[in-house]
Amino acid sequence: MTKSIIVEVNKLNKSFGDLHVLKDIDLTVKESDVVCLIGASGSGKSTLLRCLNFLEMKDSGSISIESEEIDQHTHDLNAVRQKVGMVFQHFHLFPHKTVLENVMEAPLHVKKQPKVQVKKEAQELLKKVGLSDKENVYPSKLSGGQKQRVAIARALAMKPDIMLFDEPTSALDPELVGEVLTTMKELAEEGMTMVVVTHEMGFAKEVADWAVYMHDGRIVEVGHPDELFTAPKEERTKNFLDSVL
Amino acid sequence: MDWLTTFIDTAPIFLKGMLLTFQLTVVSVIIAIAVGLLFAFLKISKIKILEVIADVYIFVVRGTPLVVQIFIFYFGLTSLNISDFWAVVLGLAFHNGAYIAEIFRGAIQSIDKGQMEAGRSLGMTRSLAMRRIILPQASRRALPPLGNQFIIALKDSSLASFIGMYELFNVATTQGSISYDYMTYLLIVAVYYLVLVLFFSIIVSLIEKRMSISD
Repeated sequence: MTKSIIVEVNKLNKSFGDLHVLKDIDLTVKESDVVCLIGASGSGKSTLLRCLNFLEMKDSGSISIESEEIDQHTHDLNAVRQKVGMVFQHFHLFPHKTVLENVMEAPLHVKKQPKVQVKKEAQELLKKVGLSDKENVYPSKLSGGQKQRVAIARALAMKPDIMLFDEPTSALDPELVGEVLTTMKELAEEGMTMVVVTHEMGFAKEVADWAVYMHDGRIVEVGHPDELFTAPKEERTKNFLDSVL
Repeated sequence: MDWLTTFIDTAPIFLKGMLLTFQLTVVSVIIAIAVGLLFAFLKISKIKILEVIADVYIFVVRGTPLVVQIFIFYFGLTSLNISDFWAVVLGLAFHNGAYIAEIFRGAIQSIDKGQMEAGRSLGMTRSLAMRRIILPQASRRALPPLGNQFIIALKDSSLASFIGMYELFNVATTQGSISYDYMTYLLIVAVYYLVLVLFFSIIVSLIEKRMSISD
């Protein structure tokens, strides 16, 4: 059985002023793939991720979501973003809404689904991330790990075809990293397609189907984590791994 | 005590003046909030011409005395058969709208950019995210300075006495001129203003408390 292609990126380039952050990026993500983007700060991982849901606009190249090339000027990007879930490093929960309201917000007001159904599904999602008891709590009362799990539930509520994670554990206290990674692992096991920018090499090794090493705006090496982590082909990959492992 | 007797004897006319002061302030601030919100959006629209329009408006309001603005509105609007009351109300609204526009602009811009991104990443349009995510948070942040501006507007409404509106301050000066005892009536009117300000301060802090449940 061939898996369908969810995201296809060709010759993607992006600059911020004089700074050329993404250079001729090619990337293909297939259904239920878990892809980890690794690399030093400033290597362009996060920018690449943000280009995939058009929070950053590409300068050149093409991005296709589910075999449809997205023209950022003519396409309804709001519709595209509904299919591409995003989890941020700093959670960005809506502080004026309860946990349950955070999860219900988009299905209710973007998809305009009936409230009874939205509430039921939101409660199920919160159960799934282990936060049923926090439904009526405001985000300010949650720990970082709990916030991130709510953020994952909030993104899942839109039933996206792919989930993007932008350093989801980097802002967490060390003892809270595990609970978020566990949630992500469960999601991967359910077959969710995921692209994860991460510094958690353990997670990448264990969960990723593919690891992508980026350096200075380029993809240097792509491989199965077993190979990439133990026998990197490129000198730069090796140096990076030596410095973080 | 003479002063207290005078205070009690004149209560009916002062209360009438207080009612007018109250009406001038509340109606003009409600309009000013709408005006302020509109110009705040112009300022953050990133459309040059709209930004310039907002800048000019704010420059004009800040750069001229309120009493001049009130007289211009008074003579301008009453010549169009608009009542004294509405001429003053619109003058005060024009004035406060500029300050409130800056309050809203600051509050909106103080909300973390990640909030808009989070909304957009869920498929919200810019305006939906503004309405559902940014504005509720910005209004909370705007509330303390808005309350301040409201109290300034309340005191500024005394300038309506210059064009003969029989609000609190005009009651005091009129009584003073009849009795040749300005000091007694000025001290009385000061009490009325303090009571009004205290009343509104309490209301604002009650609203603030209600809005802070998510903290």
